Amino acid sequence: MSTVNITQAATRDIHGPLLELHDVRTHFATGRGLVRAVDGVSFSLERGKALGIVGESGSGKTILARSIMGLLPVRGTHRSGSIKFAGREIGNLGRKQMRSVWGREMAMIFQDPMTSLNPLMKIGAQIVEPLRIHLGMARGDAIATARRLLQDVRIPEADRRLEQYPHELSGGMRQRVMIAIAMACGPTVLFADEPTTALDVTVQAQILELLAEQRRDRNMSVVLVTHDLGVVAGHTDEIAVMYAGKLVERAPTKRLFAAMKMPYTEALLASIPKMADASHTRLAVIPGRPPDLVHPPTGCRFAPRCPYTRDKCLSEEPPLVVTPDDPLHSFACWYPVGSPEYHESRERNAAKKNTVEAA
Amino acid sequence: MAGTGKAHLRPTNENVLLRVEDLVVEFPVGRTGLKVNAVSGISFDVLRGETLGLVGESGCGKSTTGRAVMQLRRPEGGSVVFEGRELTSMSHHDMREARTRMQMIFQDPISSLNPRRKVRDIVMEPLSIWKRGTEAERNTKVDALLSEVGIDPERAAESQPHQFSGGQCQRISIARSLVLDPTLIICDEPVSALDVSVQAQVLNLLEDLKAKHGLTLIFIAHDLAVVKNISDRIAVMYLGKLCEVAPSDVLYQTPAHHYTAVLLNSIPVPDPEVAVQKVAIEGEPPSPVLPPPGCRFNPRCPAADDRCRLEEPQLREIGAGHFVACHHPLVGGDAPVALRAPS
Repeated sequence: MSTVNITQAATRDIHGPLLELHDVRTHFATGRGLVRAVDGVSFSLERGKALGIVGESGSGKTILARSIMGLLPVRGTHRSGSIKFAGREIGNLGRKQMRSVWGREMAMIFQDPMTSLNPLMKIGAQIVEPLRIHLGMARGDAIATARRLLQDVRIPEADRRLEQYPHELSGGMRQRVMIAIAMACGPTVLFADEPTTALDVTVQAQILELLAEQRRDRNMSVVLVTHDLGVVAGHTDEIAVMYAGKLVERAPTKRLFAAMKMPYTEALLASIPKMADASHTRLAVIPGRPPDLVHPPTGCRFAPRCPYTRDKCLSEEPPLVVTPDDPLHSFACWYPVGSPEYHESRERNAAKKNTVEAA
Repeated sequence: MAGTGKAHLRPTNENVLLRVEDLVVEFPVGRTGLKVNAVSGISFDVLRGETLGLVGESGCGKSTTGRAVMQLRRPEGGSVVFEGRELTSMSHHDMREARTRMQMIFQDPISSLNPRRKVRDIVMEPLSIWKRGTEAERNTKVDALLSEVGIDPERAAESQPHQFSGGQCQRISIARSLVLDPTLIICDEPVSALDVSVQAQVLNLLEDLKAKHGLTLIFIAHDLAVVKNISDRIAVMYLGKLCEVAPSDVLYQTPAHHYTAVLLNSIPVPDPEVAVQKVAIEGEPPSPVLPPPGCRFNPRCPAADDRCRLEEPQLREIGAGHFVACHHPLVGGDAPVALRAPS
C-alpha cells in the first residue's frame, strides 16, 4: 500500500489549486461507436471552495466527477488528459493506488441514498469500516468517532441509529448517513452527485445547509453536480456549465448569474419555474434533446438547439475564452448573450416565429 | 395542520366535476392492530377546467389521495363524487367504465410503460379494450395524439419504451391517458424525475393539452414552484390532513399556514443574490401510525401552544377563496402570533 503516499499532511499545506484538470477526456467504446462522454475539460479548484457542475442528463457531469474519482469501469473506457490532486498526478493511477486517495482525500455521495448503502450492514458498521481501513483506527475509537459523525450530520439518537439498518431510516436520514461516511476520513474534496434530487424540498434545504456547514468547519472543497441551477445558486462559489461533454461556461456564481454569456446557461435558467411569476406563466423551453455523443454535431454542440444560431456556429467550434472584462469568467460561444449579433439573431428569430404563427 | 372541515367546498352545481368529502385511507401495519393513517378525513373539490395542485412532503398522503379518488384502493371512509356519481359504492364493473373518464399519469415514465410492447400499441390499447371506433378511426386518433404530444407516430410503431428518453416516455404516458377522452387527469409527480429543461417542456405540453381537450387536472407534486406554475388552486397536505387551500397566487403571496411558509422558504431560488433562507424546520414528519393529537403539525411548528396540542384546527376562510386550518395563522388570525424563539 505504499505505492502512492499523498499524505494528509502534504495536502493540508498545499499552495495553489487543490484539484487541477487539463484536457480530461473520457470515452467509452460501445457497440454503436465511441461515446465521447467527457471531451476535453480543464479547470482548477481551490481548497475550501464549492464548485457547481451543472448540465442536463447526458451532459457528462457525472462521468466527469467519476473520472476524477477513478470510479469508472476499466474495460472499454479510454481516459486521457491530466488530473492533478494537490500537485500529484492521479489521472493515471489504478484502482489499488486510488485506495489511498479515496476516503482520506476525496469522497463521494450519490443521488440515491438507498442503493448506495449496503442493505445488509448496520449503519454503524458502514461508518466504522472506512475508519478502520483507511485510518487504521482501533475498534473502540472507530465506534466513538462514528457516533460523533452521526451527531455532526444532525442525526438524533446516534447510539440507536448505529445499530439500525438502512431500510429503517428515511431518505433524508440515509443521505445524512452517506455524508457521515464520506466525512469519516476527513477528505479534502467531497463530490456530491445530485445529492438532493431524490429528496423533498424541505429535506433538500436541510442537506444543502449541512453540506455548507461541513465545508466551512472542515475547510473542505465541495463539487456539487446537479441539473438544477437553483440548487447551486445559493450553495457554491463557482459554477461550471457542461454541455455534451464540454465545459461551455465557467464563472464565480454571482458573476455567472449577473451576466451569463452562453445561451445554454441562459436557457437552463429560463426553464426553471419561478416563484415570483404568476401561475400559468409560459415556461421557456430548450427545444430538442442533448446530442448523441457518438456523433456530436460539428461546430458548436449546442447550435442545433440554440435560438441564436448563425452559420459560423454550425461549422466552427467555439473555444472556451475568457471574458475581456472578467478574467475569472470564461465561455465557449461565438455570439454570447449581450453581443450585437446575439440581439440581431434574437430579433430575426422572433420575427420568423411571428410569421410562422401568423400563417 | 391539520385540519378537517369543509368550509372550502364550493356549492354543488354542474360546474363541480369532483367532490371529495371526509376521505379516509388507512393501511394495516402487519398484525399489530396498528394502522398507517395515510389520509385522515380530507375534503376538496375541483371545478370543470380547473387545475388543483396537491402539495406536501413524501408520506403526507398526496399520492394515496390521488389513488383513492381513482378507487385504485378503495378508501376506508368518505365519499368521492365524480360527474355527479358516487364512486365509493360503485360496483367494480361500473368503476372500470368510470375510469375511462378519469385517468392517471405517474412519476416514473419508463416503468409505467410495458417494456415489451411497441409504443404505438401501448397508446392504442385502451381503444381496443373499449372497442371504440373502427380500426381506421383508432389509427387516426392514436397517430394524431402521438403527434400532438411530440412523438413521431412512425417511430412509435416500431419502437419500445426503452428506445425513448424519460421526457419522451412521459409524453407517451400522457398520450395514453388522453386516448379515451377523459375529463379528469390525475398527474402524480409527473415531472419530478425529469431534468429542468424537459420538465418545462412537459408542463407546457400539459397546459396546451388541457386547453385543447378541455381537461380538468389534479396535479400532485412536492415542488411548489412547479405546482404554482400549473395550478389555479392549491391544497397543501401534511400527514394526511389539509392545512391550507388557496388560489395559487394568493398562497404564494400570503401563506397563512406555518407549514406552507416552510415549504415556500425551502425552495432554492435560482439567484445567488438572494440570501439562502435558514432552514425554518428541523427533522421530518412524525410517523403516520401514531400521529400527534391536536394539530398534526404542532411538534414542528414555531407557533404551537397548548391549544394546538389538544384541539384540531378546522379549515376556515381568511380571505376570498383562502382557507387555513391553523389556530395561529400567519395572516388572518385573531391575535398576533407569538413565535417561539428558535432554539
